[in-house]
Amino acid sequence: MQRFYVGWLFAFFLVIAAVAPLHAAPVQEFVLDNGLKVLLLEDHKSPAVTFQVWYRVGARNEKDGKSGLAHFLEHMMFKGTPSTGPEEYSRIIAKNGGRSNAFTTSDMTVYFATMSRERIGIELDLEADRMANALLGDKYFEPEKKVIQEERRLRTDDNPISALSEVASAVAFTIHPYRRPVVGWMEDIQHLTRQDLVDFYNLYYAPNNAFIVVVGDFSTAEILPKIKSAFGKIPRGAPPPNVWVEEPEQRGERSVVLKKEAELPFTLLFYRAPNLKSPDSFALDLLSVVLAGGRSSRLYHELVYEKRLARSVDADYSAVSIDPMGFSVDAQLLPGIEPARVQSEIDRQLEKVKAELISERELVKAKNQVEAAFVFAQDSIFGQAMKIGSYEIAGGWRQMDTYLDGIRKVSREDIRRVARQYLVRDQRTVATLIPTKEKPQ
Amino acid sequence: MLAALVVIVSVSPARAGMVPKRMVLDSGLVLLTSEQRALPMVSIELLIDAGSRYEPENQAGLANLTAKLLTYGTQRRSALQISEALDFIGASLSTDSGEDVASVSLTILKKDLAMGLDLLAEILTQSTFPQGEIDRQKQAVIASIRAREEDPGAVAATKFAAALFPQSPYGRPVEGTEVTVKGLQRKSLQDFFSRYYRPNRAIISVVGDIGEKEIAQALNRAFSGWNKGEPSGKMLVPTNIGAAQQLQINKDLTQSNIILGHNGVTRGNPDYYAVQVMNYILGGGGFSSRVMDSIRNERGLAYSVYSYFAAEKSHGSFQFVMQTKNETALEAIQIARDEIRRIREAPVSEQELNDAKDYLIGSFPLRFDTNRKVAGFLAQVEYYQLGLNYPEQYAGLIRKVTREDVQRVAKEYLRPEQLITVIVGNLKKLGEKP
Repeated sequence: MQRFYVGWLFAFFLVIAAVAPLHAAPVQEFVLDNGLKVLLLEDHKSPAVTFQVWYRVGARNEKDGKSGLAHFLEHMMFKGTPSTGPEEYSRIIAKNGGRSNAFTTSDMTVYFATMSRERIGIELDLEADRMANALLGDKYFEPEKKVIQEERRLRTDDNPISALSEVASAVAFTIHPYRRPVVGWMEDIQHLTRQDLVDFYNLYYAPNNAFIVVVGDFSTAEILPKIKSAFGKIPRGAPPPNVWVEEPEQRGERSVVLKKEAELPFTLLFYRAPNLKSPDSFALDLLSVVLAGGRSSRLYHELVYEKRLARSVDADYSAVSIDPMGFSVDAQLLPGIEPARVQSEIDRQLEKVKAELISERELVKAKNQVEAAFVFAQDSIFGQAMKIGSYEIAGGWRQMDTYLDGIRKVSREDIRRVARQYLVRDQRTVATLIPTKEKPQ
Repeated sequence: MLAALVVIVSVSPARAGMVPKRMVLDSGLVLLTSEQRALPMVSIELLIDAGSRYEPENQAGLANLTAKLLTYGTQRRSALQISEALDFIGASLSTDSGEDVASVSLTILKKDLAMGLDLLAEILTQSTFPQGEIDRQKQAVIASIRAREEDPGAVAATKFAAALFPQSPYGRPVEGTEVTVKGLQRKSLQDFFSRYYRPNRAIISVVGDIGEKEIAQALNRAFSGWNKGEPSGKMLVPTNIGAAQQLQINKDLTQSNIILGHNGVTRGNPDYYAVQVMNYILGGGGFSSRVMDSIRNERGLAYSVYSYFAAEKSHGSFQFVMQTKNETALEAIQIARDEIRRIREAPVSEQELNDAKDYLIGSFPLRFDTNRKVAGFLAQVEYYQLGLNYPEQYAGLIRKVTREDVQRVAKEYLRPEQLITVIVGNLKKLGEKP
């Protein structure tokens, strides 16, 4: 529900990968003197504006033993400033007809509200206030810690598939922080202190480590001066420390099993793959569509329809991330089906795209799907803002402009080549959920 | 050929240029449109009076399976041809069923609309229900029933519905059970389809890059073979309402998934709007609600806690939903009960009332800020007969609610003595020290 973290591996980037970015969107960029970047996209289809503040900090910036810190701070950002009481932020937005929330991923922490053009200035002022003046009140620290522990129980501990993806990440990455869950390990959350939050806030929450995205029914001439006046006075912070961690090359398949009370087995194959900084990202994107884009895709057709092994199957490629993540294939199995059987069937299909060129029609179909999704995605101002922000975090919003062109240029040979290069057994992690029916202790 | 244009009403809409239009086509199909030219796409939502309430109990899951199979074979196309055609143009077409209505949703690029409408007409008039596809989908539905079993919130919701509306279609899972689904016969699907999938039982809402005349003509052409059938059924009012009871389901979970609830209000109840305001203050208002304060913020007992009134045409329910670690389940239930009692016993403050109204009125346009949402919204407006001027009326309906109304509806529609309590969790740990 509210104030959520997003499991980086499968949840969030699935959304990004599923929709193609904007082509040459008329995004306007401004940079204030204190380093705060402002990205504006006017869209007058609907009388609402979404205003988002993106901080370039997430679980990726946490240290060992401090997992969950970025997400915890996100929760505490709602506990007030000298001029706004605890939880008052949400109330003010709501009584002005707005919807607000925030989320944290490995790469970023984002605060947002969507409301009418007349009221969006309220959100703007509140965000500027908490960028500089959040109190992170001691009194609210312990109760909020309990809330976050409940959040972890709800989303991960009692959710078999999400528990599996957590453990898969922990095995797929050995030193890169992408190995840690965004919500944090339960023990780490337990031991975080208020001082940890204060230090993290002071280090990362500064205009030069953030940017604003506004999409919707506003006028640039009207909103830009407001942004300058509210945010311009916040002093620039010291440059935050860089994260320089490169995950070493994987040499050999890894495998992990989770046994847990559940009904259906689940299998997940995670391959190391580059992100959008690589020219191969376009072909990898299309490869994921060829494999699992719609009922006529290869994996869906074979596993769900023909052989009736799985209830669902998916292929996700996470291009839009700061550091390389990967390419994953997953399937929820039908009752009584052996995970090994499904894994070998998936392997057979993957070997096929490595051995033979896909048909010309398959290539056109995959490209059509990407282009249609690109149009559909523009239906939502929130979705557009999410895309601009995600690209800005991962490598710069201008990369959105080259996306469709990049997709159009992909050939059948490219798809076979990237399949051969990246869908390699020695560079994958196989995670399997084995349902148990243990009686509670 | 052209539509019998019964009514065309325009309102000055809350969405800039939503301009909904309504007409009844030759076949009796009710069409709602909103022309939106900004993007070359069209969103279509079709509701049809063919939900699970029309199936016999020993064939539970029939309506759902019928809806699922619509895209798996017509007289002209096989399941594979359908999915290949849709995927090739990047369109999405999905079907579903609830207790009252089944639904079909289509999102498609404008350039492909003619093909999309042909396909839509085919699945609604010429579905063939091939035996092989039935067998496949039965297996898929059974897997889906099993998947629900591993979602503790879904388990609690199923138990609650069964306890509240015993011996009623509204108390049964729409998907049916493993046993009833296995027993469904092709003949039953064909009969269900031919009896209930009729244009005079349906509403279609079309939003996007097309004008109302053009779409009316296109629909009349595409649906020319769709003939009227028996009219919509009378409302089915559940007569047997479950009494207060405790249901506990033991699972190896860290949290207890809790639902407290009882009978609610119908969508047509004149108190519906006062109930919405009251519930916003109690538990519907996100971070502004009382229970978010007392259960989440003050005590840290839950991440997610909320209440809502689900209001249907013939029935409704009140549900208070939360998850908390097993050890604090009983404490959280006690606080929930206290909050329910408090809003009945004392009037809400002027500020609470105003904040609730301001949110409900102010955020109303956000309910339809995309074409897809407008399509869904217009279909609902027709289905619940709210009137095309509903977007204009809404603010007034909310604004007139008083503090006295709030307390009156709290007393009338919140009934602590009737609360059904469902707990899905590790029962041995209930009440233990954390």
